[in-house]
Amino acid sequence: MTERTVEILEDSDRFVFPWQLAIPNTYPAGVVGSKFLIELRDNKKIKGIKCPECNQVYVPPRSTCKYCFGELSELVDVSDKGTLVTYAVSYEPTPVQPVEGTPVIYGIVKLDGADTGFVHMLGEVDPKQLEIGMRVKAVFKTKKKRVASILDIKYFKPLKI
Amino acid sequence: MGNRVAIVGIGQTYHKSHRPDVSQMELVNEAVRPALADAQMNMKDIDAVFVGNMETFEGIYLPDHSMVDFSGAYMKPGFKIASGGTTGCSILEEAFHCVTAGIFDKVLVAAFEKQDSGDSTGAITAATTPAWGKGQARGAIHEFAKQALSYIKHSGATEAHAAMVRLKADKGACRNPYSHLKLGLKSIDDILSSEPLEYPLRLFDFCPQSCGACAIIIANEEETKKITNKPVWIADTICVHQEIFRAGAFCDFTGKERYSQEIAAERLYKRNGITNPRKEIDMAEVYEPSDWEEMLIYELFGLCPRNEGWKLVEKGITEIEGEWPVNPSGGVLSTNPIGATPTVRIAECVLQIRGEAGEHQVTKDVNTAFATALGGPNWTSMILLKKSV
Repeated sequence: MTERTVEILEDSDRFVFPWQLAIPNTYPAGVVGSKFLIELRDNKKIKGIKCPECNQVYVPPRSTCKYCFGELSELVDVSDKGTLVTYAVSYEPTPVQPVEGTPVIYGIVKLDGADTGFVHMLGEVDPKQLEIGMRVKAVFKTKKKRVASILDIKYFKPLKI
Repeated sequence: MGNRVAIVGIGQTYHKSHRPDVSQMELVNEAVRPALADAQMNMKDIDAVFVGNMETFEGIYLPDHSMVDFSGAYMKPGFKIASGGTTGCSILEEAFHCVTAGIFDKVLVAAFEKQDSGDSTGAITAATTPAWGKGQARGAIHEFAKQALSYIKHSGATEAHAAMVRLKADKGACRNPYSHLKLGLKSIDDILSSEPLEYPLRLFDFCPQSCGACAIIIANEEETKKITNKPVWIADTICVHQEIFRAGAFCDFTGKERYSQEIAAERLYKRNGITNPRKEIDMAEVYEPSDWEEMLIYELFGLCPRNEGWKLVEKGITEIEGEWPVNPSGGVLSTNPIGATPTVRIAECVLQIRGEAGEHQVTKDVNTAFATALGGPNWTSMILLKKSV
């Protein structure tokens, strides 16, 4: 059992008790999400899912269309290339951000063939060169390092600078 | 008196201990779709979506946000409620208030828990602060052990009586396709010889941790008539709160306090002109985390005099075939997707009133039933349901 200390506020008769909740959790990727991850790992392919009613392609895939509430199952290929819609450059990432070094650039990429924005990181680029509307391409980790994770895509890099 | 409101659709998932195959959002979807199908409605017919979940249990902040597409709430009004064990009843109460007040015509409520994704007991400990000790660090089992001990002392019930309640629950669960634990218990000895948890509670005396979801659609009178010819009317709802220092007191140590169940039932019956619930109501689905709790709440809901709840069990009165069935579904003792647990109680009453419970349909005719929920520091919610109003 970890020792708990009681803090006494300076010049005060009020007490404060520190505590830390440590609760383990698991997060299933779900039905179509798992298929998406398998394709990343095994084939370096980015899959979307298409709503035949609304003609929308969601990336990552989801099993329900937000517009018509239809059940979706038609996985489609989308390109590993896309357009940078917006981005943010962070020089002080939080401890939960799975990155090495700074700055961390998060971007939203509209992949060719998709109707939704895809959140990922940008790499091999100087923040000063970033521009909304620039063309980017997914860089995958090597086969050995791909583990069916969203981070099997290392980052997106500019198509040409 | 507000607008009349009826339940026009229900849906629930098959309940299991683990559902690693689906995300939390997909689990909710598995209940929403059958509820829409039951009401023969489309999501575009729904005015608002209310969701319920014990937020910290699955480690997702604002789960209502991440499940918007899956609950059908996209571009619709609504909110999430997390009120502890009462959650799945609170969402229906609040939806009822909105429809009876004329704010919405048709509301879908969806509640879920995915207990394989976190540590429910760990999360419950966050209900208390270390300033007064982490008295709830053992979670619900600890609280209900104290209650059972107190019940033995005051009522003269024995462990065999608790085991009879558990046996009854398992009989129901084995006939209910949606229930989680179907143990096939043969006799009370199976329960009395199960692994000790905290005296006097044994493994089979207590509810499981389930993954599951349940959805209900309600509508005002005008819409109800268009939607269904088998409405179940919400006659009334009630909620009574206790205060936090009563947490851990699911029994009356002092002899000075009244139980929230007792007060809730008293008010509900009075408002609805019920003087003898055993005669004027036909059955109930109650929230009983332990078999001991079920005997105590028979008393608190006025089904028998105080300290005599165990006698109802002994006489078989609350069996599926009994004079006044309680939890023919198998109850919380068999199935416990916490946030959705009270929603399942309500949905099961709906099935009984419609006569659609199949294998676990009670023998007697059901025209009036109540569903209850228990949560937090002994809070009580009740829903009174009727075949006709």
